[in-house]
Amino acid sequence: MPGLITMDDLTNEEIISILDDAERLLPVAKGETYLPLLQGKILGNLFFEPSTRTRMSFETAMKRLGGDVVNLGDVKTSSVVKGETLFDTIQMVDGYTDIIAMRHPRQGAAQYACDSARVPILNGGDGAGHHPTQTMLDLFTIRRAHGRLDGLNVVLAGDLRYGRTVHSLSHALVRFGCNVTFASPESLRMPVEIVNDLKAHGAEVYETTNLLEQINAADVIYMTRIQKERFPDEDEYAKVAGAYKLHARDLDGAKENMIIMHPLPRVDEIHPSVDLTRHASYFEQAFNGVVARMSLMCWLLGIKVPETIEGGASE
Amino acid sequence: MSQEGSMRRVTAIKNGTVIDHVPAGKALSVLKMLGVDGNMSNPVSLVMNVPSQKMGGKDIIKVEDRELTQHELDRLALVAPDASVAIIRAYTVAEKMEINLTEEVVNVARCTFSNCITTNPMEPLPHRLIVTKREPLELRCRYCGKFQEIDKLVDNLL
Repeated sequence: MPGLITMDDLTNEEIISILDDAERLLPVAKGETYLPLLQGKILGNLFFEPSTRTRMSFETAMKRLGGDVVNLGDVKTSSVVKGETLFDTIQMVDGYTDIIAMRHPRQGAAQYACDSARVPILNGGDGAGHHPTQTMLDLFTIRRAHGRLDGLNVVLAGDLRYGRTVHSLSHALVRFGCNVTFASPESLRMPVEIVNDLKAHGAEVYETTNLLEQINAADVIYMTRIQKERFPDEDEYAKVAGAYKLHARDLDGAKENMIIMHPLPRVDEIHPSVDLTRHASYFEQAFNGVVARMSLMCWLLGIKVPETIEGGASE
Repeated sequence: MSQEGSMRRVTAIKNGTVIDHVPAGKALSVLKMLGVDGNMSNPVSLVMNVPSQKMGGKDIIKVEDRELTQHELDRLALVAPDASVAIIRAYTVAEKMEINLTEEVVNVARCTFSNCITTNPMEPLPHRLIVTKREPLELRCRYCGKFQEIDKLVDNLL
């Protein structure tokens, strides 16, 4: 069954088409227009590890489109603790639902579920692997800010080793001809297989440990949280963490339309002073998760989004 | 030493399997992949690092009284994809077998990435490793996408 497991499951044309649909669905996502395109459909939310934004935005997206949602609930009280395999869980849930959104701590779990299921699977994060629905909302946010996806200078910063959002996003950016810079501590560099993949696509990848030097040339700065627990001790963490904290005063030389994004939750890598600048886009980005996921569910379920929606953009 | 001379280092076998053109130094991995160890009773002869016009250097293995199956040959594709295999019966070559590296290596070895979903032995779907490059051999797990370390795969045989 087709699903969205990595960004390789979508062509560039499909990405653009899904983003166009999302654009028209904005008033529905905001609750300004009711459009029950997915009435009678049920989404199975299978989150085997914690999620706030992804789970809630999937749920909101389905409900805004007139559908319903069933949740796995707390893994601690499900059959998973009794040793149920992912295969069996999927066999059960796809009998109950029309589409499944899933997050799992094991890498490859989404592809495994996709191979096991009869309904489409949306990968909401598999270990340190991929998070393509996040990438779609990220692309949506970038395109709304800059009016295009191609040729932008995008800096991905922070924990690039374990941060699955930047893994999926970097693939997509390169496919649209963006110049990608990776700014991270040595120990949290982008995994070599991803860098090799990007180079195989013809991308020139620039890696640095200095984020602040990249600000002025950037069209997009995509921050991620540097996770203390990834470091052998607090001293090692303290040595690098400060170099990946943005304050409003760091942005004086930034391009006027440069946007700062973050998949959230943030800890201290973006100072609250940045929230008040024109560059802060992370809360809008979080909202865009609803509309991007609405569009993706319509696409996977074969439901055509009308060309004109009351109060929305038309083609 | 001539190739003919090196071949004579190992006596002809009456019945069994000869695996020739094993990459130099890989014979021990091949034995491991075939499950050949001190616990089996079949005589095994092995020469390593003999000169080869085709390969520069090669290893040769002779396992007496055992004929390899196609499934066992699939395993060899991971470390010796160009090896030639001959089944010997009554001192003559009764059958030549080819090792064909398929586009996907299924249920031969478990993914080497410790956090892959397939590390749960109860999960029932097949173990699938995609061949992304043949020279040198590169494999990726279908599920987690991680590149496989060939030496570690030998320890993960199913």
